[in-house]
Amino acid sequence: MSDDTPLLDVRGLRVASRTGAPLVQDVSFTVGTGERLGLIGESGSGKSLTSFAVTGLLPDGLSASGSVVLGGMQVVGARERELVTVRGNIASVVFQEPLTALDPLMRLGKQVAEPLRRHLGLRGAALRDAVHGALDEVRLPDPERIARAYPHEISGGQRQRVAIAAALACRPRLLIADEPTTALDVTVQAEILALIDTLVAERDMALVFVSHDLAVVSRMTDTAVVLRHGRVVERGPMTRLLSAPTDPYTIELVRSARRLDAALEVS
Amino acid sequence: MSAIVDEAAGQSGETRPEETGATRTRRHSVTLTIGLILLGIVVVVAVVSLFWVPFAPGDTSGERLEHPDATHWLGTDKLGRDLLTQLMIGARIALTVGVGSVAIGAVIGITLGLLAAFAAAWLDDTISAALDILIAFPTLLLAMLIVAAQGASLGTAIIAIGLAMSAVVARLTRVLAKRVLSQQYVTAARTSGTGWFGVIGRHILPNIWPTLSVNLALQFGIAVLAEASLSYLGLGAPPPNASWGRLLQEAQGTVAVAPVGAIAPGVALVVLVIGVNLLADGLRDVADPTRKRSR
Repeated sequence: MSDDTPLLDVRGLRVASRTGAPLVQDVSFTVGTGERLGLIGESGSGKSLTSFAVTGLLPDGLSASGSVVLGGMQVVGARERELVTVRGNIASVVFQEPLTALDPLMRLGKQVAEPLRRHLGLRGAALRDAVHGALDEVRLPDPERIARAYPHEISGGQRQRVAIAAALACRPRLLIADEPTTALDVTVQAEILALIDTLVAERDMALVFVSHDLAVVSRMTDTAVVLRHGRVVERGPMTRLLSAPTDPYTIELVRSARRLDAALEVS
Repeated sequence: MSAIVDEAAGQSGETRPEETGATRTRRHSVTLTIGLILLGIVVVVAVVSLFWVPFAPGDTSGERLEHPDATHWLGTDKLGRDLLTQLMIGARIALTVGVGSVAIGAVIGITLGLLAAFAAAWLDDTISAALDILIAFPTLLLAMLIVAAQGASLGTAIIAIGLAMSAVVARLTRVLAKRVLSQQYVTAARTSGTGWFGVIGRHILPNIWPTLSVNLALQFGIAVLAEASLSYLGLGAPPPNASWGRLLQEAQGTVAVAPVGAIAPGVALVVLVIGVNLLADGLRDVADPTRKRSR
């Protein structure tokens, strides 16, 4: 892969349902190495579908067309066997609900180990050390105990840390975070955001941050794409979107976010 | 049979939260222990029968329809054969039938169920329709058809029972696997590069196993009873195989004179079936770590 092609290049992406109804239309954006992009939109705006399409993991019955080039590989229309080499290795996903994103019957260490075993071919003691290292990096206390535990035995924030550890274990170049803090308490939310922020910065990873929450996105990324009804309605640097939004929907988003903020100021 | 499927499927997730782990585990380890003891008695008897039985199976030297005494502990049948001997060999046959048909039912059923869960909609619908027909099809009729084609033997009885069971297992597997497939951790595993076989081996099978193993244990009991019915009707193991069902049938005419001949195989059946059912109940907690007390 030459240096001038971006890490992720999405062009004219369209996702259609089984009946052919478009759910995402004409979405384009690029993310270079170390860059950060926010995908903003309400539920049903197609932001999550867009992020699923990037790794070729659309729910059953949905089909993508257009072009998604990830790490030099065309994802749209690629076969499962080719996609497996990209997932976890070049791009990883952290999901919204940490409890359901972890297998309830598998020890956490094994879940973190899976991508390491698969992509890096680690075994035995080297694998165990890598798992403890990955858990240590997400600031989990006592990684040995966590590795032996099942998901129901640790807290929500810890689960999301484990999910992040599993996603980042193979040092992917792109992290897709799909509403990673929506299901968490506000205090835990801030810690997880700070953790993602640090890890992405430390490793010079690219980040696609998907959220409905303008404040959260503005904290994490410099530029953003605003989606509504499956279409891009506005895009640009975060500062401009916040100070001078042009699209009516973005204006409304910013206004309601400020209203919430103002309510805090008064009380 | 379908009621069992629905019940087992319902138990997998919804009943968990409000129970306190400790008391539940203790209560269930009691059922598990009793189940193991009852099943253990039958297993020990079956194993002993391989090496030693009081009389040879075909030995008709005893008086006919003798009452239990020091020589013939459970008396003799109408041909003068020792009943305890027959009963011990019957234990072996019952266990063979249970293990054999559960193995057939599990292998075919789980494979078909997984196939249906992964398949495109039209294939899934086809498999499901075929399973529904097979479940509605009486096991007895299926056994009669196979016996008509192959002749009555223990093997045909096991195959017939196993096939009938596989439909139930397949339907349960399909529902459970579909539920796991829709979970986010499957998507998460796939985003980290796990292929479909990895997903089946690492996520689907372990997650459906607690419910499935309970169902298979229940099916074991049903299979033993089914074989007893088949043998009773002459569709199971042919004489002189001492299946419990056939012992019951032979003792039927003489039950007023020698009640032990009918009671003994009946009690044996009850002990084995209750044993595996209790075991099934206790098994769930062993197979599912989220139900154990957290350490």
